[in-house]
Amino acid sequence: MTGLESTLSGIIRAAAPIVIAAQGELITERSGVINLSLDGTIMLSAMTAHAVTRITGSLTQGVLAAMAVGAGMAFIVVFSSIALRLNQVAVGFVLTILGADLAIFLGKPHFNQVGREIPHMPIPMLKDIPLLGPVLFNHNILIYLSLILVAAITFYIYRTRPGLTLRAIGEQPEAAFVRGTPVNVLRYAYTMIGGSLVGLAGATYSLSVKLGWREDLSGEGWIALAIVIFGLWIPARVALGAFFIVGLRSIAIDLQSSRVIDLPAQIVNMLPWFLMILTLMVATSGVLERVVRYTPARFQPAARRFLRAGPPAALGRPFEKH
Amino acid sequence: MHVELRNISKTFGRVRANEDISLSFSAGRIYAILGENGAGKSTLMKIMSGYQSPDSGTILIDGQPVTFKSPTDAIAHGIGMLYQDPLDFPPFTVLENFIAGRPGGFFPDTAAARQTLISLAERFGFHLDPDRYVDMLTIGERQQLEILRLLSLNVRVLILDEPTTGISAEQKSALFNVLKSLARDEGMTIILVSHKLEDVLELCDEAYVLRRGRYVGHKTIPCPIGDLVELMFGKIVARQERPPATFGEPVMIIDDVCLSSHRLSVHNVSLTIRAGEVIGLAGLDGSGQAEFIRSCAGLLTPERGTIRLNHLDLTRASYHRVAEAGVAFLPAGRLEEGLIRGMTLMEHFALTQPGKAPWVNWMRAWQTTAERIQTFNVKGRPNSPIQTLSGGNQQRFALALLPENLKVLLLEHPTRGLDVESALYIWEQLLQRRASGTAIVFISAELDEIVAYSDRILVFFGGHVTLVDDPADMNTTRLGELIGGKLAR
Repeated sequence: MTGLESTLSGIIRAAAPIVIAAQGELITERSGVINLSLDGTIMLSAMTAHAVTRITGSLTQGVLAAMAVGAGMAFIVVFSSIALRLNQVAVGFVLTILGADLAIFLGKPHFNQVGREIPHMPIPMLKDIPLLGPVLFNHNILIYLSLILVAAITFYIYRTRPGLTLRAIGEQPEAAFVRGTPVNVLRYAYTMIGGSLVGLAGATYSLSVKLGWREDLSGEGWIALAIVIFGLWIPARVALGAFFIVGLRSIAIDLQSSRVIDLPAQIVNMLPWFLMILTLMVATSGVLERVVRYTPARFQPAARRFLRAGPPAALGRPFEKH
Repeated sequence: MHVELRNISKTFGRVRANEDISLSFSAGRIYAILGENGAGKSTLMKIMSGYQSPDSGTILIDGQPVTFKSPTDAIAHGIGMLYQDPLDFPPFTVLENFIAGRPGGFFPDTAAARQTLISLAERFGFHLDPDRYVDMLTIGERQQLEILRLLSLNVRVLILDEPTTGISAEQKSALFNVLKSLARDEGMTIILVSHKLEDVLELCDEAYVLRRGRYVGHKTIPCPIGDLVELMFGKIVARQERPPATFGEPVMIIDDVCLSSHRLSVHNVSLTIRAGEVIGLAGLDGSGQAEFIRSCAGLLTPERGTIRLNHLDLTRASYHRVAEAGVAFLPAGRLEEGLIRGMTLMEHFALTQPGKAPWVNWMRAWQTTAERIQTFNVKGRPNSPIQTLSGGNQQRFALALLPENLKVLLLEHPTRGLDVESALYIWEQLLQRRASGTAIVFISAELDEIVAYSDRILVFFGGHVTLVDDPADMNTTRLGELIGGKLAR
């Protein structure tokens, strides 16, 4: 493997959990719910995957348990928002802290213990394609899944009727309701599906990317949250955002270890937040809208689909008939 | 298809939105549901279209009682509604909007839906590009899309809630032509919810009038506009003789002011307000009164013209400067704009009375509050949170908060939602202030209130104003015609 191949392959691999978590959060937010508990959920589910795998010896059970934990945390968010009418942001914050502390507490016996790893599974034939092979087709199943997920979610939300409905309830729940959509039922469903993907992201850390349970996952969930914004709620752009951020991180680490420059790691870690604010500023400034307006009419829909996107209009707003 | 509403009632908290309303709608006719804001029109139509369920009462379709669990239910029964704010998805394309909510499988049949949309649009002469994004369309085009969507779902009764707000004249005439042909040629029932008399007279065959949640009358159109106004606003009692008021010097001089908000523009208002004068602003909701009073308060900057207070030019002054100069404004939304929900009466006082010290003298605040509560007859204690007071008491308290010796007091619907006794009390207070030289400018939807208290009346219609100078001229017919826009200027 050449240096470039191994760098790119490493980025795909290291970005996988962030991609999965961000896609899950994207589904949740597209339905109009904001699940802020990602950081805690990832820690708790990573620990769960590791522990369950060690106890049962089954990787499948570990992964499923992690997904269940993610769905459970998401359920708390959506239930307290819809049924108890609590503030989603507040509940999310509390769960972030709770999840992290619970993971550390419950994970004590499994801390720094050897666990199992998802088996490496290069894809025959495809792995021999120059450049693409080693970069894309020389991983384990969870990493492949992160890539498949992006394509599948893109297809689902833009090409299918349920996907249209998903976008509708996050955009204008009243209008969706008038068209016969059970808004709150779907919000439960999508928040929990999104949450289970966040759980899967946790499992991807502890069973593959950062093998074992070492409590140093704190912060990854916030990055995933930021990347959803950075990608403007468009699946492919969210994935690109994840690769971009992880790429910057790995380049910085390389530069540091080779002593080319002496850049503190913290500076690089600040980058996602800076980019997030910048993206939001551009997205809400109306510059993009103007660009779309001056695009020739023929290319307008395409230009628009790529450039103009913003938060789902009903993000974080509970739906009530009035 | 014949639809009947029987004894429909609906309450929200303390508010009786609909009280025992019974109406009947036949096929092939165009009906108007008329009434001022808060008359209960929208609630009634939301019940009829399945968005809300009534507390009591039944809906009958061709004599059969039906219950709607949701708007989709109502559409399945043939009743569809076009909401006031278009209920669509702005970031979607026209086609996606058309598809959302249509029955179908996992993969939408885009080609068929596109075909249906195009042929429907052609039939009604609408120009809608299926691939355009909805947030780039005008309100009128979004309405057209929604109408086509409902028609494609085989709706037989079409309810339109204030459809002519925010659309162009051409779009309005196109819309009205389509509605007429739907009723005449296809035998559909059209229900227009409106407070715009001109639209109702132009389009409808019959009008049902609601006032304060009750059904008050039915008219077959054409009929004199004054009859409709009287039903909407209530009978105007003859103006009582009052001792001739003595007016002082001019305090506020409004010269040729033009305003525009996103809804409408107000043209060339000139008015000289004298000390101790009461000026009533009449007109249907949304005719420009609210914009005008807000520009006097410094909340809306005029595009042209000047507003002066004595010799001070306040045209572009901020709200706070206008307030310092002696102008106070009490908005209609008491708890939304005027008072602070969650704060007690005493805290309101502490907040209003400026002090130099960085801390609050709660002892003094308590004393002043207790005094004012007594003087203004507010039923509440200094430590009651404001929202626990009744509407009448909130309004009294809002008056109590105003500084003494104002030059101009601007009020928006000062007695809306109050019982007769509270309303009388509020006016007593206002007239006291007037006696000490404060000029009073107020908006009201109650014509008798306007007639009873105003020295002069400024009538708004579609952003144009007519000044009624002579109290003797203030009778139902003339005011009704002015409000309905029926007078040659």
